[in-house]
Formats: sequence, structure tokens, C-alpha cells
Amino acid sequence: MEQKKPLNEQEKVIEIKGLYKSFGNYHVLRGVDLDLYKRENLVVLGKSGTGKSVLIKIIVGLLTPDQGEVKVLNQVVDEITYKELLALRLKVGFSFQNSALYDSMTVKENLIFPLIRNQKNLTKAEINSAVEEMLDAVGLLQTINQMPSELSGGQRKRIGIARTLILRPEIMLYDEPTAGLDPITCLEINSLINEVQERFHTSSIIITHDLTCAKAVGNRVAMLLDGKFERQGSFEDVFNTSDERVKPFYDYNFIQ
Amino acid sequence: MESKTESEKILTEEVKSPGKIARTFMTLYDVFQFMGRFFKEGFLPPYEGKELMKQCYDIGYRSLALISLTGFITGIVFTKQSRPSLAEFGATSWLPSLVGIALLRTLAPLLTSLIAAGKVGSSIGAELGSMRVTEQIDAMEVSATNPFKFLVTTRVLAATITIPILTFYTAMVGMLGALLNVSLSEGTSAKAFFQSSLESITFLDITASTVKAIIFGFTIGMVGCYQGYNSSKGTEGVGKAANSAVVIGMFLIFIEEVVSVQFFGLFRT
Repeated sequence: MEQKKPLNEQEKVIEIKGLYKSFGNYHVLRGVDLDLYKRENLVVLGKSGTGKSVLIKIIVGLLTPDQGEVKVLNQVVDEITYKELLALRLKVGFSFQNSALYDSMTVKENLIFPLIRNQKNLTKAEINSAVEEMLDAVGLLQTINQMPSELSGGQRKRIGIARTLILRPEIMLYDEPTAGLDPITCLEINSLINEVQERFHTSSIIITHDLTCAKAVGNRVAMLLDGKFERQGSFEDVFNTSDERVKPFYDYNFIQ
Repeated sequence: MESKTESEKILTEEVKSPGKIARTFMTLYDVFQFMGRFFKEGFLPPYEGKELMKQCYDIGYRSLALISLTGFITGIVFTKQSRPSLAEFGATSWLPSLVGIALLRTLAPLLTSLIAAGKVGSSIGAELGSMRVTEQIDAMEVSATNPFKFLVTTRVLAATITIPILTFYTAMVGMLGALLNVSLSEGTSAKAFFQSSLESITFLDITASTVKAIIFGFTIGMVGCYQGYNSSKGTEGVGKAANSAVVIGMFLIFIEEVVSVQFFGLFRT
């Protein structure tokens, strides 16, 4: 798969400054600074437990920071009211690591659920058309009446992405989109992430351990080391180093 | 914005380890905060009418078969066990009144609530617990849906509405069981049986029974939702949530029964 190039976009959609987060005595984020530019795919890499998922949960207000500022679409997340936060969340899609599909609902109901709760004036025909369009976009129209338990891991990830996209978010946050999938399905998910960027003009943060995915989908890569983003830039900028904290990552993915 | 989000409380819970007394007070504080949020969210629009109806149907339907069977058998057994004692004093004619009062004042609310605590409480605890650990609640939150309003207020309200209805249903089925026993052993007619048993029931009995059932229903819904909504630690947490919903629910129902008997007793003298 071809490596993506950095964009020359200057408009920031997410700005994070001096972010700290601890759980008890466990200091996860220690002064994180990060910007996401419009229509950019930013890949966030880092070891397990370094706070990558915590970072995107802070962005959508599922967690609150101890210190620092997170600005999403020019709104400071922990300074707005709950009502404003709900409105902001409509513009920020979140694809969960384990898809988080509602297991008591069919695929169709999973997609309808966020739509009818947030766009109350839609007719039945408009709802059906939106659901079919999204399922078609992720290539799973045939699963419309299936239950989540009947789907494979890759299909569940795709449906999760479709459910998020149905609200037409401006920003997408992907939490380990290729984790636990076979290489072929990983390639399909990578293509889907790129298609989403192209077709829906989204800006995205992709959390992953998978360097093949990082190379294929990221316009820019940021590596979380010791609670901070010490290395950011193109794939080469980040991995062209003798830093012993970074090298094993590359070696494991491309040499082993 | 709230100072701490639900996900955060759960994550923090896993790394903090305060003493037993401090933990008890923290839990109590959490419970009161949870109840406060229920009253706040429950009365403010938008209302989740459709989900509320679905939950009422689910709770009623889930418990109906077991409640019917238990209520009917209780009616038969209670009548059979009470007759010899009344016969000693030549008071078997009081049997319908005794059955009516016993069923309505205590047996029906208590039986219904204990069965519902087992069936409904555990099911709510397990359902919300599994939704929490599989991030389905977070998924609702990030898709701009208030999960507390959608999942908790509807279930607590549904339990509060449905348990009183089920209580009167249990009392009725219990009376039918008692009638069967009385008819077979003494040949009493249905009309005479119901006339005698209903005559002894006062307005206070009906009020007390309704109030108790409302409180029991609220307790079952609240305990189940609290345990499930705040569950953590994966599948083990889901099991614990379901188990605690039943154990704590039943324990609180017994305490509430004792308190309400004392309270309504004040009006009977």
C-alpha cells in the first residue's frame, strides 16, 4: 500500500496544550501537546498503557483532564456545558476498539439509533436511505438485518464506523481499528479509513500499534513516549532515528 | 460539565484503594448522587416514553409466569396451613378475611418484590453491566445520547410503575388459589368467599400495599441500575453487578417492609 504524504493544511480542528492525566498514582499523560489539522489523518502510536485511548476519550469528554486545554472545533471541551458537549459530540465520531455495537439491536437498528435521536425531523424513507447509504459505504449492505453476534470482527469494526459516520462528523477518532484482525481485513480497514477521509472530508486521529496501518493511512504520525509526543512528523521523520524507545517498534513490525 | 465523568469514576475506582469505612461512605455518597441524578433527569425533557413502555412490558412479561405460579401456590398453602388453627377456635368462617388481609397487606407486595428482585434486578444489573464493560454506554454517550436518561431513568420508572400492578395481580391470583382450596374442602361458593374476604379489606390496606409496592419497585430498579451502570473489571464485574443487584435489592426490601409495617401500624390504632 502506498505511503501517504503530509498535507499543507493550516486550519486546526483539535488543539491540545499541556495535557496531564493520572489515575491515582499512575501518571499517564505528562504534558501532551498535539494539533490535528483539517482533513488530515493523524496516526498516534505508542506502547500499550501509554494513554493513547485516554487521549481520545478526553477529546470527546468521556474523561476529564487533570491539567491542560483541549480545544475541539474552537470549543474548550472541559469548559462547555453538558448540552454543548452533546452538540459537539455530533461533530466528532468515535470508533471503539471493540466496536461497541448495541448487541440487543440489529445492524439497521444500530445505525438508526443515533440518527433518530439527533435528527428528529427525518422521514422513514430518509432514515432507510441514510442507513443503506452508510452500509453501502462500508460494503456491508447485506448484513442490514443481522445481529452483531452474527458478524465477524472485521464486519463489526465496519458497522461501528458506519454507525459513527451516519451523523456526518467532521472529525473521526479511531481506537485501534485493526487490532485483532487478520492482515487482509486490516488492509480493507485501512482502505476504508482512507475512503472515509476522501468521501466525507473528515479529519481523523487513528490510534494504532500497526505500522502498516500507520504508513497506509497517516498523513502524519505522532509517537507517545513517556506521556508526551516527543516525535511527530512524517513516517520517515518519526522512525529515522536511533532512539532505543522507537526502534523496537519499527523492527518488530517490519523486520520480525 | 460534571467534574468527573462516569467512565472516569470507573477507571479511578480500579486504582484507588481506600479503607473499608471510607469506601462505605464513598459508596453511599455515590448512591445518593445517582438517586439525585435520577430525579433530575427523570423530570426534565426530553422524555423516553417509547423506551419506558418497552421496559414496562419487559419487566411485567419477564416476571408474570413465575409470579402467577408463586401467588397461586401461596394462596393454596396459606389457606391450608391457617385452617387448623382457626378450626381450633371454631373460626374457619374468618378464613377468607384472613387470606385477603394477609395477601394484600404483606404477602403479595413482598412475594412480588422478592421475585422481581431476583428476575428483574439481576437482569437489569447484568444488562447494564455488560453494556458498560463492552463500552456500549460510552458509545451512546459519544453519539450525543444521554445514556443515563435512556437506560437508567426508564428502567427505574418502569420497575416503580410495574411492581404495584404485579402486586395486585399476585394478590388476585393468590385469592384464586385460596378459593380453590376453600371450595374443595368446604364447598364455599366464589361469591361468598370474595364477599367475605373483600369486606375485611380497608382503604388503608390498599394504600399501604400500593405505597410499599412503589417503594419496592423503585428499590429494585435503582439497585439494579446502580450496580450495572457502575460495574467494572470485565465479565467478573458483570457477574458481581447481577449478584449484588439481587442480594442488596432483597436486603433493602426486607428492611423497607419492617419500616413500612411500623409506619402504617401507626394509622391502624
